[in-house]
Amino acid sequence: MTFSPELEARFAKMLESYPPGRTRSAVVPMLLYAQDEVGHISHELIEEVARRCKVTPLQVDEVVGYYSMLHKKPQGKVHVQVCTNISCLIDGGEELFQHASKTLGIGNKETTPDGQFSLEEVECIGACSWAPAIQMNYDFHHHVTPEKLDKLIDELRRKQ
Amino acid sequence: MSDINLTIDGQAVKAAPGTLVINAAKQVGIEIPSFCYYDGLQSVAACRMCLVEIEKTPKLQVACTTPVAEGMVVRTESPTVREARKGTIEFLLTNHPLDCPVCDKGGECELQDMTFRYGAGESRFVEQKLHVDEQQWSPVVFFDAPRCILCYRCVRVCDEGMGVNALGVINRGAHAEIAPNHFDHLECDECGMCIDICPVGALTSGMYRYKTRPWEMHHVGTICTHCSNGCKTTLGVRNNQIIRGNNRDQSGINGEFLCIKGRYAFDFVHSPERLQSPMLRKNGALEPVSWAEALSAVAQKLKEVKARGGKFAVIGSNHTTNEENYYLQKFAREALGTASIDHHRTGDVPTLLDALSGKTGALATTDDLYNRKAILVIGSDLSQQHPFLAFQIRANYRHHNAHIYTVTAGPVREQKQAVRSIMTIPGQELEDVESLRDQLKAEPELVIVFGDAIKGDGVHKLVAFGDSLGIPVKYVCLVDYSNSRGASDMGLSPRLGPGYRPVSEPGLAYDEILAAADLDVFWVVGANPLKQNALASEKAFVVVNEMFLTETALRADVVFPAASAYEKNGTVTNVCGEVQRLKAGLQVMGTKPDLEIIGLVSKEMGINIGIWTHDKVFDEIRTSVHGYNIPLPIVASGGAAQTTPVNGHVPASSRPDLIQSSRDTLFTSGSLGRYSKTLSSVLEAPGGLYSGERP
Ligand code: SF4
Ligand code: SF4
Ligand code: SF4
Ligand code: FES
Ligand code: FES
Repeated sequence: MTFSPELEARFAKMLESYPPGRTRSAVVPMLLYAQDEVGHISHELIEEVARRCKVTPLQVDEVVGYYSMLHKKPQGKVHVQVCTNISCLIDGGEELFQHASKTLGIGNKETTPDGQFSLEEVECIGACSWAPAIQMNYDFHHHVTPEKLDKLIDELRRKQ
Repeated sequence: MSDINLTIDGQAVKAAPGTLVINAAKQVGIEIPSFCYYDGLQSVAACRMCLVEIEKTPKLQVACTTPVAEGMVVRTESPTVREARKGTIEFLLTNHPLDCPVCDKGGECELQDMTFRYGAGESRFVEQKLHVDEQQWSPVVFFDAPRCILCYRCVRVCDEGMGVNALGVINRGAHAEIAPNHFDHLECDECGMCIDICPVGALTSGMYRYKTRPWEMHHVGTICTHCSNGCKTTLGVRNNQIIRGNNRDQSGINGEFLCIKGRYAFDFVHSPERLQSPMLRKNGALEPVSWAEALSAVAQKLKEVKARGGKFAVIGSNHTTNEENYYLQKFAREALGTASIDHHRTGDVPTLLDALSGKTGALATTDDLYNRKAILVIGSDLSQQHPFLAFQIRANYRHHNAHIYTVTAGPVREQKQAVRSIMTIPGQELEDVESLRDQLKAEPELVIVFGDAIKGDGVHKLVAFGDSLGIPVKYVCLVDYSNSRGASDMGLSPRLGPGYRPVSEPGLAYDEILAAADLDVFWVVGANPLKQNALASEKAFVVVNEMFLTETALRADVVFPAASAYEKNGTVTNVCGEVQRLKAGLQVMGTKPDLEIIGLVSKEMGINIGIWTHDKVFDEIRTSVHGYNIPLPIVASGGAAQTTPVNGHVPASSRPDLIQSSRDTLFTSGSLGRYSKTLSSVLEAPGGLYSGERP
């Protein structure tokens, strides 16, 4: 498996930045960046990361299953993550999630048929002061109301 | 360091520093319940079953990782501890399917036993359980995730014990599951260690699952009939059928270790191709006949040939018992008057014994491989060819940090732990060993394990090298099969009688027998020489004792259906010279043990060479074969007693050119392997030597 030249360069540097014999330390970042480029973590990708980090594919698979930000199923182009942990819950996070589900027409960990959006209910994303908060791919949005959410989704839909 | 004093449940206990509380308690007969703790494997403290109260510590502690300390006061049966155990069991059962009535483990399940002893009488859990369908990972290994209690025993035994590392844990929390190394299937040793070590019915075997309830079997401790390592295997037999093999009681030299062959390849016994009636060649074709007819045909022929001074030759087996081998050579020498007797030689034992003449304690036991400080392996892919010896060495490395050296013709698993590994070119082993001299000299002691690459003069050179190191050195001469060593010791040899006594008039050796155009009678007991060779003598009357219609049996004039090792009593000698007892687990209709077959033929001939019961013959062996005067109680009670070496010159040339290992892998076993469905069904079969680690 090969990646874009930029990612290849990044991986090459990554493997050099750990002490000798510790290439396994690169498993998590490599998976994360590769997922951004490939869209999800396939068996092929797991085997590739294992080969590059000199561990077994099963060891990589163990890591993938452990971290909820690593996805084995293809995600939408925009991955909408709604926090329903305590601070957000108090400020309407749960309702926000229900609303997002209705607007997008999909449930938790599902993807729209056109592959544009996926939805996930997540734990605290560290934005409690601005609850309720959501994350779209790597972008944070604060004090989100159902109206604000609809607007965000509308804008993204129009851009696509 | 002096012992540490502590108190457990009011009892004063002394324990060595570093002892874990769980083991200190065991020393004084107090059992602390545990799931994940397993002797010999690293502790993970995953199950919380072993919680105990320790004075001055606010919370309960796990006994499986807490070492003893001076003045420690431990309570294992206080109300708090009992409450905690109840809670742990309740948690373990929240998602457990409780399908005990149909679970293979029912009746021998540790979770059942613990729930019975420490669990609550009722469940408060009303939520829906998570169901995951059962998975088949190989013909041998099945997995039922909901039953798993995540004790990690399987993961650790595969990684630490086997050095395979094929299992892991994926996902998290309630969704955590054991997973195989290839997403949906396993590529591994297929040893079944993970299955047997599983305390519950999460891992089950393709051979045994849903066949029986454990209490319906009777259990027979005997010795594996495949390779020379001599593992004890306990056969579970029901209605004259072997249903499983394992060694959960950890008796015998191998503890609970078994490879795929010892654990699962007993199925050849019930092969539909098994011969169950004698056969006699009539009008050119082999036809089933009665025992009486077959015996009398053979006896008449032998008498007639003997009367006219005809030529006999015998090839014996690497799988038959010491008693049978002894009796066979006695029959050949005394009843037939021939010294033309041999077997397929797979290692140069006679030359090693000759080279070690005058030394004592120079033959290593299987235990030495676990306890000695340094091990040198020459010319063998041990994990493939000698799975138990490899297991011992791996454990030695893990527990005692043993120094391992390898000199092999290709990559081997032992390399991972070796301080030095040399890739050698066949024929150059000794030169490469020489280059290890300085390092080996610095070791306090050494065991040298060598394969068929070292034979004849090479063995003398190797022992001279060992002598020159100036440290205690012990040796293992590797041979292939369950009683290869016994065949050699019992004198299945044209030049050496039992106990390596020289023969005054040597007979024909293996190759000479096959090449002799004027043989009148050729008797083959449990061997298949005609698989690769032709028999030169066209007129030879061929008698074959066999379990299957092999290439050799097809050439026979009379075939006697033989019992397998699992159907007979007697003794076998393993690669390290350890004598162990075979115990018959069943009978296969129509067959007879080779000892009885030989006895009946001599009786039919009117020749008396002694009673043919296994214990009488063993008595004779003990008194007359050098090295076999071993303590009877040890063998009789299922233990292993090492034979003593000859300790004198072994005169005859060992014909190094005849010595050749058959290079069986983990998934082949000479002719036997062909008739084991399990062995041939796994994806890894037939496998290869020196092929390195599987992906
Ligand atoms: S069968 Fe043996 S090698 Fe295979 S996963 Fe189980 S323990 Fe490991
Ligand atoms: S499969 Fe068995 S041995 Fe493995 S973790 Fe689960 S319960 Fe333990
Ligand atoms: S190592 Fe050899 S003796 Fe032991 S179980 Fe395997 S084949 Fe049988
Ligand atoms: S609880 Fe939602 S960001 Fe912390
Ligand atoms: S036995 Fe101690 S935590 Fe499992």
